[in-house]
Amino acid sequence: MLILHCPYCGVDADETELAPGGEAHLKRFGPGSSDAEFEAYLFQRENPKGVHFERWRHANGCGKWFHAARCTTTNEVFGTYSAQVTEPPRDIHDKITGKRPGWLSRWLS
Amino acid sequence: MQRYSVFAVAREAMRQHTGWHRAWASRAPRKSYDVIIVGAGGHGLATAYYLGKNHGLTNVAVIEKGWLGGGNTGRNTTIIRSNYLQDPSAAIYEKARSLYETISQDLNYNVMFSPRGVMMLAQTEHEIRGYQRTAHANSLQGVQTEFISPQRVKELCPIIEIRGPRYPVLGALWQARGGTARHDAVAWGYARACSDMGMDIIQQCEVTGVRSENGQVTGVETTKGAIGCNKLGIVVAGHSGVLAEMAGFRLPIESVALQALVSEPIKPCMDVVVMANTVHGYMSQSDKGEMVIGGGADGYNNYTQRGSFLHIEETVRALVETFPIISRLKMLRQWGGIVDMTGDRSPIISPTPLGNCFINCGWGTGGFKAIPGSGWATAEMIARGTPGPLAAAFGLERFREGRFIDESVAAGVAH
Amino acid sequence: MSARLPKGGRFLNRSQPIEFSFNGKQLQGFEGDTLASALMANGQQLVGRSFKYHRPRGVVASGAEEPNALVNLGTGRRLEPNQRATTTELFEGLEATSQNHWPSLEFDVGAINARLSRFLPAGFYYKMFMWPRAFWKHVYEPFIRQSAGLGKAPNARDADTYEHFNITVDVLVIGGGIAGLEAARVAGSSGAQVLLIEQTAQWGGRANVDATLIDGADEEHWIEATVDALEDMDNVRLRTRVMGAGVYDHGYVLAYERLCDHDPQDGLPRHRLWKIRARQIVTATGAIERPLSFAGNDLPGVLLASAQRDYLINYGVSAGDRTVIVTNNDDAYRTALMLHNLGLEVKAVIDARAEANGPLPVAAREAGIRVETGKAIAKVKGVARVEGVAICAQVGEGAVLDEIACDVVAMSGGWSPVVHLWSHCGGKLVWDDAQAHFRPDPGKAPIGADGHAFVHTTGAASGLLKSDEILQNAHDAGADAAKAAGHKPKRGKAPTAASPDEAPIEPVWMMPQGAGHELRSKMWLDFQNDVKVSDVQLAAQEGFESVEHTKRYTTLGMATDQGKLSNINGLAILSKSLGADIPAVGTTTFRPPYTPISMGAIAGEARGKLFQPLRRTPMHDWHEANGAHWEPVGHWRRPYAFPRGSETVEQAVQREVKNTREAVGLLDASTLGKILVKGPDAGAFLDLLYTNMVSTLPLGRCRYGLMCSENGFLIDDGVIVRLSEDSWLCHTTTGGADRIHGHMEEWLQTEWWDMQVHTANLTEQYAQIAVVGPDARNVLEALGGDIDLDAETLPFMHWTEGRIGDFDARVFRISFSGELSYEVAVPASQGLAFWNALLKAGEVFGVMPYGTEALHIMRAEKGFIMIGDETDGTVIPQDLGLHWAISKKKADFLSKRAQERDHMTDPDRWQLVGLETVDGSVLPDGAYALAEGRNENGQRNTQGRVTSTYHSPTLGRGIAMGLVLHGPERMGEVLKFTNIGGAPIEARIVSPVFYDPEGKKQNV
Repeated sequence: MLILHCPYCGVDADETELAPGGEAHLKRFGPGSSDAEFEAYLFQRENPKGVHFERWRHANGCGKWFHAARCTTTNEVFGTYSAQVTEPPRDIHDKITGKRPGWLSRWLS
Repeated sequence: MQRYSVFAVAREAMRQHTGWHRAWASRAPRKSYDVIIVGAGGHGLATAYYLGKNHGLTNVAVIEKGWLGGGNTGRNTTIIRSNYLQDPSAAIYEKARSLYETISQDLNYNVMFSPRGVMMLAQTEHEIRGYQRTAHANSLQGVQTEFISPQRVKELCPIIEIRGPRYPVLGALWQARGGTARHDAVAWGYARACSDMGMDIIQQCEVTGVRSENGQVTGVETTKGAIGCNKLGIVVAGHSGVLAEMAGFRLPIESVALQALVSEPIKPCMDVVVMANTVHGYMSQSDKGEMVIGGGADGYNNYTQRGSFLHIEETVRALVETFPIISRLKMLRQWGGIVDMTGDRSPIISPTPLGNCFINCGWGTGGFKAIPGSGWATAEMIARGTPGPLAAAFGLERFREGRFIDESVAAGVAH
Repeated sequence: MSARLPKGGRFLNRSQPIEFSFNGKQLQGFEGDTLASALMANGQQLVGRSFKYHRPRGVVASGAEEPNALVNLGTGRRLEPNQRATTTELFEGLEATSQNHWPSLEFDVGAINARLSRFLPAGFYYKMFMWPRAFWKHVYEPFIRQSAGLGKAPNARDADTYEHFNITVDVLVIGGGIAGLEAARVAGSSGAQVLLIEQTAQWGGRANVDATLIDGADEEHWIEATVDALEDMDNVRLRTRVMGAGVYDHGYVLAYERLCDHDPQDGLPRHRLWKIRARQIVTATGAIERPLSFAGNDLPGVLLASAQRDYLINYGVSAGDRTVIVTNNDDAYRTALMLHNLGLEVKAVIDARAEANGPLPVAAREAGIRVETGKAIAKVKGVARVEGVAICAQVGEGAVLDEIACDVVAMSGGWSPVVHLWSHCGGKLVWDDAQAHFRPDPGKAPIGADGHAFVHTTGAASGLLKSDEILQNAHDAGADAAKAAGHKPKRGKAPTAASPDEAPIEPVWMMPQGAGHELRSKMWLDFQNDVKVSDVQLAAQEGFESVEHTKRYTTLGMATDQGKLSNINGLAILSKSLGADIPAVGTTTFRPPYTPISMGAIAGEARGKLFQPLRRTPMHDWHEANGAHWEPVGHWRRPYAFPRGSETVEQAVQREVKNTREAVGLLDASTLGKILVKGPDAGAFLDLLYTNMVSTLPLGRCRYGLMCSENGFLIDDGVIVRLSEDSWLCHTTTGGADRIHGHMEEWLQTEWWDMQVHTANLTEQYAQIAVVGPDARNVLEALGGDIDLDAETLPFMHWTEGRIGDFDARVFRISFSGELSYEVAVPASQGLAFWNALLKAGEVFGVMPYGTEALHIMRAEKGFIMIGDETDGTVIPQDLGLHWAISKKKADFLSKRAQERDHMTDPDRWQLVGLETVDGSVLPDGAYALAEGRNENGQRNTQGRVTSTYHSPTLGRGIAMGLVLHGPERMGEVLKFTNIGGAPIEARIVSPVFYDPEGKKQNV
């Protein structure tokens, strides 16, 4: 039973208030994209054993979407942040690498 | 193979059961095999079994990270049915169901397949229409089902409250030859038969890499050393993404926790399996007397094998409403399994971008019932190098082409 | 024979006798008894039968770990199977019956299984019952099922109620023994919000039984003073009869309170499920004593040595007159000394260790008790109860050296910490060689959201067995937990306690160590499921090497006690059989709940009418009062039809259609979704959401719009209304309102967040009534007001607002029936008044309300699609002939890319058509159109299916819509449709518009 901090309304929201929304930071491919790009956008998922960037909605709360960085094997939460970004912010990266030395981000190489 | 029978048991009883052999051999890996199957769950073991039985391939190893049958094969609610709507699903699940009918005799291992009947309750007008449609489809697919009245529901399962204040029972889709089986025994029976054919079942052996040359698979690296193979089958359910990454491709898969629970055992009061999709719960009674209850899956990626209690609560609430007598029973144990959900919630049985590497995954919440059919179809694909009719529709390319196999359309979303 | 002692019993109120019955026999106990202690006090040692062999069973433990003493408690609406007698507090009028026997507890036919036990080893059923094949279903399984289960299935609705309770605390302490009390006291001193729960009705745990001096005084003083101190702290809550049931991620804990199991009555909830969020959790859950494995250890009269002390001290009950104690440790000598001090006879202490020279054994010898070291029990003598023991050397094979007559065997195999709650959420265990048990590994604690440990253990649950260590550790644990929860505890001095030294335990997993098969097949590990040492050994022999395999193959630890007594002993036998170390073999997974909790408690208040929230339109009560036949739609209920007098529902539907087509009907359309989309970019946003063009819709106009998912499939439809320059009102389907609003917000917030758009779901703000039929305008005009409703001022697909009668209204000229139709929205608070006003004004025109089925029929007569009928999540607009609603001008909209994929542009996709049966009958719902031949999997080929089918009262015949291969090109062709149990039905492909194809009637 997770608790995630909603960065909009500031509430530590119980899982009963939240709706999960799958992998975060997917890049949308629309008209003009290739079949492979479109397939990857819609279906192919990281599904990592470890740090997962994901979308949540504070559905039974303020109604806002936000992002969370969570470990899928321990449920440790490294932070939540705005849904209006295309990649995880620096401070979230730092928190993760601080706690999981050697962790590789697909945004920072 | 040491035959199992009532006479064998009687004979052994006379000598204090000292003569029973190991059910399957414990062997170290050899240098290479014709086929390596990764994953000794039901699907992996069934694949190996039918490779030997149907295609004469016995130079086969089944590699397992933990213990055979220790994943979802041993963590489900043991329901077997084939009342699916879409043709490809109905075909493979009915193949599986019909193999279950004789599997105890085929394997000489009693998996206790019990065709006690499965009913899916219709509790809205929409569900009535959905199940009637399924009954029509099944009539053309060779799947014996019928849509039955609330009165018939009550006769078959007297403990159902058909006049519930919120969702009265309006009818049900009934598959008389659906039922349950002893889940662990399915893995054990296949393992014993594979071992008897000379296949190696290598437990406690984790695959750490996939070897390839010129786009063709050549073997795997494991915690017990490198092992070569001509063909590789990946049959690892919730861990498919990890193996796929080793083999250099990605999958339309997300792993989530699915939860179930059992009550304390009580004297038999329910002979059939009942699924109620409107309220998200299903229940049957095991031969031990426990009420076996399954519910929905969590919506977030998870490898912890524990889920969120709110789903247990939802399921139990629904079932107490549907079966009022269970209110004074007690929940004995709850658990979670990691299930691999695909983009259309139907499985993948497919060649992969890596040559001679095949994958079977994505069974989501419905894998147990498919085991024999899935093994049959996967073995055929591996042996021939290309999918046969049972597997053809379940290829990875369907996600690119938009050719989905969507079962949720018949209101029958739960498994 | 077990009996009540003339004195003693800490929990008893001897001035308050209680009458109860067991198997119909009237018995008497005292207030403070458990059912188990009261049965023993009445000499009732046989309390049940085991699962597999129907062996006689007596009480073996005194608490939650009891596997044997399970009863059917109560009758009728208060019957509860498998109730544990050891944790059932006695109350006046309690009725219990024993389980799993026929015809009676004393004479049970099923006991034949015990005679056949050599033919029924672990896993026998996997090896038998395979031939003949049909026999499994019809002969073998019914026979096996006959013997399944333990307690009776209830057959009536539960008389009791249940409730849930939510609470957030800083520190949760589970367990009210001395460790829990001290931890809570220290944590409480910090000002942190502390909750302390204890599963029994008493504080103090075992300390009271195993008399300990705390701070120089009797433990009772310390316990009482500490409870008083805790009660005085405003920031501390204490609750007895509340069990910690399960620990879940992020500090979520379930606790199970039994409010009136000890005093059943109406009006109070029976159980309360606590949903606790705790920053820090301290589990002080104690330890459970292990049995020893010797032949005949399952007979009534064999019990745990610690349980025997509990019954003596807490309940003044002696388990028998002559006790033999068997042990591998010093603790059991406490039982010997206690019995001796109470004047009861101890025949001998059989100690498997080569020597026993600690203070407790020395005291026992000094008291004159016979102590036999290096010895073991070869066999317990007796058939239905203990009559004596045969003694042998522990190191031998069981050659009998001596026999001792006795009626009680008290066994002690050492203590196992209760690690369940620690383990539920991932806490790991370490094997402690010195104490021969698994205990929590503090370095591998369950991890919370912040990555730090959130569960800690203390006391015996940590593997500490001496009071002094326990109190010091609990003191620190309480302080650490408060600190970790952000508070400053006042660290003081931990209380001190005096405990005698104890010599080391010597693990003894089998007695004697060289026992042959004959003895091993009589050594019980799991008393309830009848799993014996020989069964585990057989599993290992057959290759079931994993502890999970062995558990599943033998059913070890799968009984209602979930292996509390059996798991470690079984694991040790398995390890030995495999030649492996115990820690290498590992344990099975601990899963919630700690002990079984009622389904009623899990369901809570959500029963009957409170099962789910019911959404009600403003006119709901009118519908109810006027005989609505309800149909659940999402959480709403909508009237399906309004039968009158002796009408059937079907007749009512036909009448409602006719009346609406010929006069005028009213539909409560309030459940339709109404979403306001507003802002400078609202038009551009809606262009991305709908397949058709929305931004160009002129003010004052309505347009039918389609929404598809990004994956291409049709998900919703409805009428879009241009309210003003920057605002649109989007109507959705009833079921779609919340989903579509969420869908809009998702895209706005997560993809197109630059857009300046605001959405609001106004569904419940308005009551919406469709006034439909040739007299619709007349009815509205009769109400008066300031809106001009004539065809020129308010043409079809236009809208306006103003007053109708006394009501503020928006009027939309839209039609889902093909008739002249006005959908009128008024503020929700005015809905019922407006509905009544329409009924009154419409009376002279013959107005009647109609329900959803009439709505469906009329839309089908017009060939309008219905989301959920014509669509099922696999249908795209192109399949439905809705190409006109898919913009070719827009560069992008959701589904545009998806619909370019191979399968979506396939000309062989089935297309929407109308269907008319050749004989005028109604096609079955869901029927498929047959095609020639079979596919590769032997399934009959098909070429279409029915999506909607009705009897049309307007046309007097069956009409249907369906999707058919190349359908629109095959007008007039006759297809055969499936008809379960009959000959296929022939139907002709026709246009889907059956009624008024020119659309004249709606446009007047």
